[in-house]
Amino acid sequence: MDLFFAQLINGISLGSIYALIALGYTMVYGIIQLINFAHGEILMVGAFVGFFAIAKYDMNFFAAMLLAMLASALLGVIIERVAYKPLRNSGRLAALITAIGVSLFLQNGGLFVFGTNFQSFPQAFPKKTFQFLDGMITITSYQILILVVTILMMLFLNYIVSYTKTGKAMRAVSYDKDAALMMGINVDTIISATFAIGSAFAAVAGVLLGLYYQTVHPLMGFMPGLKAFVAAVLGGIGIIPGAMAGGFLLGIVEALVSGYWSTNYRDVVVFLILIVFLIVKPSGLFGKDTGEKV
Amino acid sequence: MKAMRLRNNLIIAVCLAVLYFGIAYAMKQRMLSSFHQVNLYLMGINIIMAVSLNLIVGFTGQLALGHAGFMAIGAYVSAVMTLKLGQPFLLAVLVGSLATGVVGVLIGLPPLRLRGDYLAIATLGFGEIIRGLLININYVGGAAGMNGIPKLTTWTWLFIFTVATVLLIKNFINSSHGRACIAIRENEIAADAMGINTTFYKVLAFSIGAFFAGLAGALYAHYFFLIQPQTFTILKSFDALVMVVFGGLGSLTGSIIAAVAITVVNAALQSLGALRMVIYALLLVVVMVFRPQGLMGTKEFTLRTLLRQKGGSGLHDYRKQVD
Amino acid sequence: MKIVSKWIIMLVLLTFVAGMVVGCGGSQTQTPAPAQSEGETASSEPIKIGVNYELSGAVATYGSHTANAIQLAVDEINAAGGVLGGRQLQAIVLDNKSENAEALSVATRLIADEQVVAHLGPATTGNTLAVVPVAMEYKVPVLTTSATSPDVTVDPQTGQTREYIFRTCFIDPPQAIVGADFMYNVLGLRNVAIYYDNGNDYSKGLYRVFKEEFTKLGGTVVAEEGYVDADQEFRPTLTKFRDSGAEGVYVPGYYQKVALIISQAKEIGLDVPFVGADGWDSPDLVEIAGADNLNNTFFTNNYYSQDDSPKVQDFVKAYTDRFGSAPDSFAALGYDDAYLLADAIERAGAADPEAIKNALAATKDFEAVTGTMSFDEQHNPVKEIAIIEMVDGQQVLKTKIAPK
Repeated sequence: MDLFFAQLINGISLGSIYALIALGYTMVYGIIQLINFAHGEILMVGAFVGFFAIAKYDMNFFAAMLLAMLASALLGVIIERVAYKPLRNSGRLAALITAIGVSLFLQNGGLFVFGTNFQSFPQAFPKKTFQFLDGMITITSYQILILVVTILMMLFLNYIVSYTKTGKAMRAVSYDKDAALMMGINVDTIISATFAIGSAFAAVAGVLLGLYYQTVHPLMGFMPGLKAFVAAVLGGIGIIPGAMAGGFLLGIVEALVSGYWSTNYRDVVVFLILIVFLIVKPSGLFGKDTGEKV
Repeated sequence: MKAMRLRNNLIIAVCLAVLYFGIAYAMKQRMLSSFHQVNLYLMGINIIMAVSLNLIVGFTGQLALGHAGFMAIGAYVSAVMTLKLGQPFLLAVLVGSLATGVVGVLIGLPPLRLRGDYLAIATLGFGEIIRGLLININYVGGAAGMNGIPKLTTWTWLFIFTVATVLLIKNFINSSHGRACIAIRENEIAADAMGINTTFYKVLAFSIGAFFAGLAGALYAHYFFLIQPQTFTILKSFDALVMVVFGGLGSLTGSIIAAVAITVVNAALQSLGALRMVIYALLLVVVMVFRPQGLMGTKEFTLRTLLRQKGGSGLHDYRKQVD
Repeated sequence: MKIVSKWIIMLVLLTFVAGMVVGCGGSQTQTPAPAQSEGETASSEPIKIGVNYELSGAVATYGSHTANAIQLAVDEINAAGGVLGGRQLQAIVLDNKSENAEALSVATRLIADEQVVAHLGPATTGNTLAVVPVAMEYKVPVLTTSATSPDVTVDPQTGQTREYIFRTCFIDPPQAIVGADFMYNVLGLRNVAIYYDNGNDYSKGLYRVFKEEFTKLGGTVVAEEGYVDADQEFRPTLTKFRDSGAEGVYVPGYYQKVALIISQAKEIGLDVPFVGADGWDSPDLVEIAGADNLNNTFFTNNYYSQDDSPKVQDFVKAYTDRFGSAPDSFAALGYDDAYLLADAIERAGAADPEAIKNALAATKDFEAVTGTMSFDEQHNPVKEIAIIEMVDGQQVLKTKIAPK
C-alpha cells in the first residue's frame, strides 16, 4: 500500500501541473479552435520570469509568481495579436504552423538569451515532509503547495468564467462567434482576454514546475505542454472541467505505470490509453458526442 | 488538346532527363561539391515526405502529426532487411514501404473515424508510440539505433523514387479516387451523402501517404547509414507539415518548391550557431502571417501556365472543380 | 495599400534569405585553393579547423559548452603565437542542430568544401558516427570530445580501428568497471539498483557493463529502471528502489537529471550512496541538488577540478572569467581537444591532414587538463580515472585508479 499511496501523491502533484497547463490549452482551443503549440513556451517564459524575480531580485515567492503571471499574460496577448490574429480567417492549419513557429522561436530564442545551462531554481518556499498513518503516506510541503495553488486557481477560473462579464462573453464567443458579435461583444478583446488568462495559468504552472523540479531551462516547456495537450483532449477539448480531470488522470496514470511497471514504457502506455480512449469516446471524458450537421 | 498534352508531357520528360543527366554529369566531374550533394539527397527525401503528407493533409483534409513515425518504420524495416538479413536494396526499400503502408492501414482504420483535431492528436500519439517502442527494442539497437547501414541510395535511385512518388501521387489525385479524397476535404458529410465511402478513402489516402513516408525513411536510412529513434521525433513530423503548409495545402508543386526552399534555407543558416533556429522560426512565422495560404495556395505550377497556353485559366483549381 | 506593404516586407525577407544563401554558396565555390600548396605564400595563412557541434536543438547544452571551450583554447593558442612558427588557427564553427543528418551535412561542408585540416566534434555518439564515413572518405582526422561508444573508433563489423577517428574521453567499459569495483569493494555494497537514461546510448552502455561487472564480482542488482530525456519526475521509480532494499544506486547519467534524482531520492527517504560517471561533472550538480543532498555520493571522472596543478586552475579560471560559469567535463574535454590538435599539428610539422593523423596516433604522455594521456591502438586515451566524492558541495578526490 505504501507504494500505491506514494505513487498516487506523486501522480496528483504532477497531474495538478498538467491540469494548470491544460486549462490554458483548452480555453484557447475553445475560443478559436487553435492548438496553441506555443503554450508550453509561454510556461517556460513564466518560469524564467519567476526565476529571475526570486534569484536576482530576492522577491517573495508569491510576488514572483504574480509577476510571472503578468509577464506571461502580456506575452500571450502579444503572440495572439502579432502571430495569430492576422490568420484568424485564413484556415486553421496556417495558424497551427504559426504556433509551431512561435514555439520554435521562443525555445531557441530562450537558448540564445538565457543560455543553454540548466539554472537552479531557488528553494523559495520552506521544504518540509509530513507523514500520516504511521508513515504510510508521505507528503512534502511542495506537493501540498502545488495542490492548494492548483485548486485555488481553478476556483478562481470557475468564478471568472461563471460570474464575470468577461467570462460570460468568453463562453458566448466560444459558442458562436458571429452571434456574440451581434450581441455587442467585442470578440477581439475577449480572445485577447482568453489568451491572457490561459497564459497566466501557464506561468503559475511554470513557476511551480521550477520549484518542484528545482531547475529552469529554455526547453522545459515542450514536453509538459505536449502532455497537457493530451490531457486536454482526454478530458474533452474546449471543456474546462474536462481539462482538470484530464490533467489529474494523466498524472496519476503516469505515476502508476512508472511505479508498477516501467518508465521505459510509460509514454507508450500513456499514448496507447489516449488512442484507445479516443476510439471509445472520441469527445473525451466530459465531451458530448454531437453529430456534425450539414 | 490531346496533342498539346502530349507535347507538354514530352517537354516535362525532356526537362527531367536534362536534370538527371546534368546532375549526374556534375557529380562525376566533381563540379557539384559534396556538401551540395548531401543537400540534394535531403531535398529528394524532403520532397517525398512533403508530397506524401500533402496527400493526407492537403488533399484529403485529415490533419496528421505522426509522419515521422511512418518514416521511422520505413527506415528501420529496410535497414533490418539489408543490414541484418542481407537482402538487396530494392527489395528492402519495397518491403520497408509496404510494411509502412500496412501499418498505416492498421493504425489509420480506428482513429480515422475521428474528426479533425482528435485525429491529429491520435496520430501524434502514434508517432510517439513508435519511437517509444524503438527505444526499447534491442534487436534494432535501442536508443543507440542502427549503425553501418550500407550506403545504397544513389543519385539514380533517389531521382527515380522521387519522380515516381510525385507522378504516382499526382495521378492518384487526378483519378476518381483522388477526386473522392478532395470531396472529403471539402465537405465530408456532403461527400458521404453522395455515396462516397469516406472511411475507405480516408484510410486509402492515409496508407498511400504512409507508404511513401516509409519510402522516404528507407532512402534516408541508406544514405545517412545511421538511424536512431531520436531522429524521428515529433519535430520531424512538424518539419514535414511545415513544408506542406508553406508550399500550399493541396498543391504538389507547392510542396516540392517548399521542400527545396526549406532544405536550402536550413543549410544556409548552419553558420549562425545558436541563432540559426531563431531565424528559421522567425522566417516561418513571418511567411505564414503574410502568406497564410502558402506559396502556391491550392494552385499547381504547370507548363500550361508557363507557356500561357489556351484551355481555361491554365491553373488547376481543385476547389472550383469540386464545387 | 495594405497589400503593397505586405509585398514589400516579403521582398525584403526574400532578399535577406537569398543573400544568406548566396553568401553561403559563394564561400563554397571558391574552393579550388588547395590545402596542399605548402609554399612560402601559405606560411602566413591561418590553418582552418572545423568545429561541428550541437549549438541548437535537444543537446545544445553539451555542444555549446564544448564549442565555447574550444574557442577559448584556440584564442589562447593564437594569442601565444599560433602554431608552426606563427600561423594562426581559424576555427570554423557550424551548428548541427543535434541531428545526425545535419552533423553529416556540416562535416561534409567543413571537410570537403572548407578543406579543414582536422575536424573537432560532435558531442554525442550518434552524431559522431554520422561524421565518421565523411572523415574516412576524405582522410581528415576527427577528434571527438564526448562520444563514448567503442564503435566510434573501432568498426564493429571488422574489428579494425578507424584510422582517422580519435577521442579524448573514456569509452564506456573502464568507467563502469571502476564504478562497479568501487561500489562492491570500497563501499562494500552487495545489493544495488541502477537508474539509467534509456534514451541515451552513453548511459545505456555504462549500465550494461556495470551490471555485468557487478554481478561478476558477486553482487546483486535488485532493481533497474530507465528514465527518458524529458523526465523530471523520478519519485515513482525511486520509491520502488527504496522498497526493493537497494543499499546503493548507480546512476550513469548527466548532471541535470542526476541532481534531480538525488534530491528527490533524499526527499522520499532513499538515503543510500549514489555513484555515477563523468556525466555528473558540472557546477550545476551542486547548484541544483544542493550541497547537503550530495553528501555520500561519488562519481568517476576524467580529472579533478580542484587539482592544484596550474594547468587545471588556469583553465578553470579562464573559462569562468569568459563565460560566467565554471566549466563542466564537456568544456574540459573540448579545451583539451583543441590543445591536443595544436600539439599534433606542431609535431606533424605541417598543416596536412595525413601528417596530423599520424601525429595524433603517436600521442604520448600529452599533458592535458583531464590528465596525462596517450592513445592506445584503438585511439582511446589511456589516462587515470579519478573517483570524486562530493563533500558539502565540494569535490574531493577519493582516489585515482590507473587503467588496467
